[in-house]
Amino acid sequence: MQQTRSVELGTGLFALLGFAALFFLTTQTTGSNDGAGDDAYEVTARFQNVGSLKHRAPVAMSGVTIGRVTSVEFDAETLEALVTFVIDRKFDQIPDDSDASILTAGLLGSQYIGLQAGGSDFYLEDGSEIQFTQSAIIIENLISKYLFSNKKKDDDK
Amino acid sequence: MFRDAYYTIVEFLRTFGAFQLFFMRVLSISPSVLVLRFPLVVKQVYNAGALSLVLIMICGLFVGAVLGLQGYTNLAKFNAESAVGTFAAFSLIKELGPVITALLFAGRAGTALASEIGLMKATDQLAAMAMMATDPLRRVIVPRFLGGAISMPLLVAIFSVIGLYGAHVVGVVLLGVDTGAFWQQLQTALDPSDVHEGIIKSVVFGVVVSIVAVWEGFNAIPTAEGVGRATTRTVVISAIAILMIDFMITALMM
Repeated sequence: MQQTRSVELGTGLFALLGFAALFFLTTQTTGSNDGAGDDAYEVTARFQNVGSLKHRAPVAMSGVTIGRVTSVEFDAETLEALVTFVIDRKFDQIPDDSDASILTAGLLGSQYIGLQAGGSDFYLEDGSEIQFTQSAIIIENLISKYLFSNKKKDDDK
Repeated sequence: MFRDAYYTIVEFLRTFGAFQLFFMRVLSISPSVLVLRFPLVVKQVYNAGALSLVLIMICGLFVGAVLGLQGYTNLAKFNAESAVGTFAAFSLIKELGPVITALLFAGRAGTALASEIGLMKATDQLAAMAMMATDPLRRVIVPRFLGGAISMPLLVAIFSVIGLYGAHVVGVVLLGVDTGAFWQQLQTALDPSDVHEGIIKSVVFGVVVSIVAVWEGFNAIPTAEGVGRATTRTVVISAIAILMIDFMITALMM
């Protein structure tokens, strides 16, 4: 009897540890549960160029994550990228003339959407579209601009 | 010579086919055993899982610590030390956790299963059970298979979490990477599908190692030498199967 008890105790402890570890892996190691919770509203924005913005990229305001990108699509009519993202319902007082830009976290970090507050008295709500957007900065374009502007100077001399 | 080759191939195919049939039979009676003989399964979860716990935790800690160290020294060349958490998490959760745990599990629990069943066979215990109208498959084989298959995913999860802790200890506590950067980069980089991949691998490996171990034990030649050989074959076959299946799952989940 004593032996069965210790076996059961050991098994119980093992299973508990195992499920705790599984729980930790599924909830703590992925970013699926921060930012926008279940209660969120959807906002869209059109960009000339989204760079390497990906599904589930964070949406930040003043550096704090307030939401997540849910889809990045190409709009065949306007020939622009259509980005849909959700913002947590807690942050429902964002002026509707705020502008969205695609920024990079650090030099080699992943890209995210940064919102800059506007001055309007009306707030963003479910389904609204952000009018003012700024595309991702593509390093290749920057480099080529730099190279060619230097070349021009050389030619001028 | 061609005759020998022919017989070798036929023999291999026969063994492989018998193994598949055995696997099907074990799977088909697994649900009823899980319900009707639950205490036996619990005992085997204890033998296979709880007794492997210390081994898995120690190995996980050191594997994680080594990942932290290697990741730090190599990433430091690109001034990206803070990505050490991402590096360790990807390696641990997707590959090293399931694979190393399965290899350790084959060595610790698989061999124990194979030699135990082989010895039962060598001492005619299985035959005696059959004489008493107790199906040795239901009484001995399937509970051990289930015990192993249930323990593996839990052991893998524990291994990965302890490994992450090991990487955290080396990276953050000893080498001074920022805690926030460590966890935040890890969380943004890791997708739920990566964790799912690790879990799927752990379930598959648990089934593979357990079925190989009970098959080798059940079909051991009933002598001292035969039991020894069955134990060795368990480790060899499990290791090959784990690494092959790992490649296949990784290729499928890309």
